[in-house]
Amino acid sequence: MSRRRLSRRQFVTATALSSAALISAPYLRTAGAAGKLSIGLWDHWVPGANKTSTDLINEWAAKEKVEVSVDYITSQGSKLLLTQTAEAEAKSGHDILASGGPWQPQAFADLLEPMNDIMGPIVEQNGAVNGTVKYLGQADGKWLAVPAVIGSQIKGPCSRIDLMKKYADIDVQAMYPAGSPPKADNWTLDTFLKAAEACHKGGYPFGIGLGETTDSVDTAGAIFQSFGAELVNAKGDLTIKSDAVRQALEYYKKLISFLPPDVAAWDDASNNKWLISGKGAMILNPPSAWAVAKRDAPQIAAQCWTHGMPAGPKGRFAPYLPFFWSVWNFSKNKQAAKSLLTHLSQPTSIERLVEASGGYDLPAYEKLTNLKVWGEQEPPKGTLYHYPDPYHQEKLSIAASPAPPKIAQQIYTQATLTKMCLKYAHGEKMENTLAWAENQCEGFMRT
Amino acid sequence: MVDVAVRQGSVRGVRRASAGTRLRYALRRKSTVAFLMTLPLIVLIAVLVIYPAFYAIHLATLNKSMTRFVGFGNFQFLFKRDTFWMVVEQSCLFAITAVIFKALIGFIVAHFAHNIPSKKQRKWRGMLLVPWVIPPAMSTLAWLWLFDPSYSAFNYTLGLFGIAPIPWLGDAGWARFSVILVNVWYGAPFFMIMYLAALKSVPDQLYEAAAIDGANWWQRIWYVTLPMMRNIIAITTLFSLIVTFANFDIVRILTAGGPVDQTHLFATWAFRVGIEGRDIPLGASVSLFMAPILAIAAYFILRDVTKRGNEA
Repeated sequence: MSRRRLSRRQFVTATALSSAALISAPYLRTAGAAGKLSIGLWDHWVPGANKTSTDLINEWAAKEKVEVSVDYITSQGSKLLLTQTAEAEAKSGHDILASGGPWQPQAFADLLEPMNDIMGPIVEQNGAVNGTVKYLGQADGKWLAVPAVIGSQIKGPCSRIDLMKKYADIDVQAMYPAGSPPKADNWTLDTFLKAAEACHKGGYPFGIGLGETTDSVDTAGAIFQSFGAELVNAKGDLTIKSDAVRQALEYYKKLISFLPPDVAAWDDASNNKWLISGKGAMILNPPSAWAVAKRDAPQIAAQCWTHGMPAGPKGRFAPYLPFFWSVWNFSKNKQAAKSLLTHLSQPTSIERLVEASGGYDLPAYEKLTNLKVWGEQEPPKGTLYHYPDPYHQEKLSIAASPAPPKIAQQIYTQATLTKMCLKYAHGEKMENTLAWAENQCEGFMRT
Repeated sequence: MVDVAVRQGSVRGVRRASAGTRLRYALRRKSTVAFLMTLPLIVLIAVLVIYPAFYAIHLATLNKSMTRFVGFGNFQFLFKRDTFWMVVEQSCLFAITAVIFKALIGFIVAHFAHNIPSKKQRKWRGMLLVPWVIPPAMSTLAWLWLFDPSYSAFNYTLGLFGIAPIPWLGDAGWARFSVILVNVWYGAPFFMIMYLAALKSVPDQLYEAAAIDGANWWQRIWYVTLPMMRNIIAITTLFSLIVTFANFDIVRILTAGGPVDQTHLFATWAFRVGIEGRDIPLGASVSLFMAPILAIAAYFILRDVTKRGNEA
């Protein structure tokens, strides 16, 4: 076999020609010219909502010439949380990942790319975010994540119009009229308790969980805050043995006696089922229960009205659960990730996402709580009008705040508030309950 | 030596030849072949069991933010927590009660199955194994619906007889009963099939001899069946104790550890603390605490098995 040898002169000529061709060739932008981006989003329970997010991402990708891949990860069985934990340990994974819970930006703070450069213009455009979003999404003035519209929710009362009128003599539509500001001065925790008692006597108890999942914990958090009850204050001091905590426990003890007997075992689906089954006059939940009732029990959906929380001695607090989108600091395409998050945070994008979710998703921004979708939802017409708190009458709160987030996360995930309520309601002495909670919180302070 | 005499050319060639011969011999050896064939499994176990086990030990020695070595600090912290000791107590209660009932039910059902004529026995064996064959996460979901607060089929049936609904998962006592019940339902068929196999291996002559000696039904069980099944009972109990102690899915799906932590086991509490509470070192410490308890149980059970083996 003969082998043709390349002379030194031929090699130099070939190299020069190839280099010249490469330099002078026109730059062709291909679909993935600006690199690749992988995104892990929360798998929305509303049919079709994921499609709108995909469409928005694809529109951005086509414009920016970025090759994108989107995974929709369920939060069922803590799958999203597990994904986030695994990626944090492996220092590898999606570029953008939705948080598997409200505390994730703080829990993974050291591994997240700061978002100050994009949050400034977004807030300027969309309006300020509420205090809870700042508390969860910021550390030392640094934005750890971008507030996500997808999945963010208020868990306010969803009442049965007919049962509340019949047993508690409360017209929830008159109290929270569609298209007008609320007339809810008398809607206090005392009124709420009387209504709970009346509906319990009527055979339709309120469905308020006291389990260890977010619906139960968020509700307990809002009621505790309505009394000004904090287990740990913002400085990190234990404040359990206070009159406010005692008042909140006394209140819950009375309330528990008017609730179904097995609320201690309720999860996030139990209250939905309670409303849809027609057994309860009220639950505290985002409008998912109403949306399922619309499909499975339309006669019940037609009687549902979502409205604001009752006020306590320290104000009107709504159970709020914001979601976030974060970018890992080990992401390979941070600029593209930030560009996409800016695109998803544009008012037009947000409006499309909220519409796709049937009004379930809530933007965190002040100027975006009056979208027309909430006023249009039916039956009955205007049922979701007051869901986003359009007149800003409530403080959107997260349970265990204002404790430093690392301690608050423990109080929240260990459901210390609902456990305290159950212990006290089931016969434990007040001082023993407080001592137990103090012991728990001391443990949560370990570093 | 012969090779050297024939091939006088080079010592290296001889060495290569003898090395090749040794390899050939080694490959012909049964133990080498067996080792090579099990090698993929050994690698798999090393990657999926041994490495994670050592990694868990490493994690358990770090502080909460995983930046500093704290030695046994996490264990010292745990020993001071009331909830931890409650979880230890509950795990023991859950595992011991469930294993006793699984063994008892498995033993009784195995006797029934053993006495069924062999043609029909196959069908019964198949049916009785169904709870064990269904993935526990799926079957536990079905149990969850049976216990459901709003739609419980059990409470509906009780209601037909005028009995008030039972808070199956909302009351600590009932919740513990429910998780143990589901675990017994799931695990009893395993005991049944193992005991059935053991029963079939007891020689009929022993029963005939016992009958001639005037032994009644109970004496045949006590003096023939049980002594002949002792080893299989011990090993089955040990295996089940380990699996039941480490149970996660049943408790996680039915109660998630509630109400007020009163059904938490090591695995579910480790998940709550480590993953949901983002304190991975403490979660690793909780899960590792199972190891010494199970090692002590394994030592006593296996020691008796070995002793009886030597006596035989």
